[in-house]
Amino acid sequence: MNLEINKKINGKNAFLTIHGEVDMYSSPLLRKEVMKIANQKIENILIDLQDVNYMDSSGVATLIEGLQLCKKYGGTILLAGMQDNVREVFELTRLDKIFKIYNNVTTAKAELQK
Amino acid sequence: MFKTVEIHFPSDPELLSVMRAAVAKVCHIAGFSKKMTSKIVLALDEACSNIIRHTYKGEIDQEIKIISRIKPTKLEFYLLDQGDPVDSTKIKSRELHDVRPGGLGVYLIKSVMDEVKWEKGSDNGNRLYMYKTRPKRRQSES
Repeated sequence: MNLEINKKINGKNAFLTIHGEVDMYSSPLLRKEVMKIANQKIENILIDLQDVNYMDSSGVATLIEGLQLCKKYGGTILLAGMQDNVREVFELTRLDKIFKIYNNVTTAKAELQK
Repeated sequence: MFKTVEIHFPSDPELLSVMRAAVAKVCHIAGFSKKMTSKIVLALDEACSNIIRHTYKGEIDQEIKIISRIKPTKLEFYLLDQGDPVDSTKIKSRELHDVRPGGLGVYLIKSVMDEVKWEKGSDNGNRLYMYKTRPKRRQSES
């Protein structure tokens, strides 16, 4: 598998750190982890993407699905540390307007503490 | 004269990363920037994923062939499959304001490439043609 996901849950916040490439092959693993957390109704899911060097539309679709599930219970997904080519996919599809996107994990965590 | 590179691989999603690496090399040779190379690789990946998902319906042992041609002014790609014919009039991008999972692949392909055409393959199957104009400073080099 060209994708590795580390998960930590701390109260109302979940932290997912993803390493590798998110494509048609690996996105089912990301979906499984995101849905598992969203099904626990964790309020904030912070996904660290700084080590994700590729994401296609199946990865984006997974995150949209997760966000829509979160919104049903008043939760949200925060995306942090996107590499330029991954950010490009979000910009091309205008999903940068839908997700909360932060330059890095530190900024995103600061947002959670507000 | 133009340089041609053919990539053949089975319709196994695990091998998409191999295809992406090869296409990135071709883009580099054609003189595209790192940023544009990422976009072209994305377009090819989306097109191959669509073939696997929709034409081959997830079967992992069918053939996908990519023919890339570095021409003086453009980089062309032909993607060939041996699946059932696809009705090209039914291949559509979804509206971006309709935020939902899925349906973004065709939009991404069309937004990256200069021309995209789905056609019937010469023997059977389907052929997807697309090209991207090469950066001006490199057009005369091959």
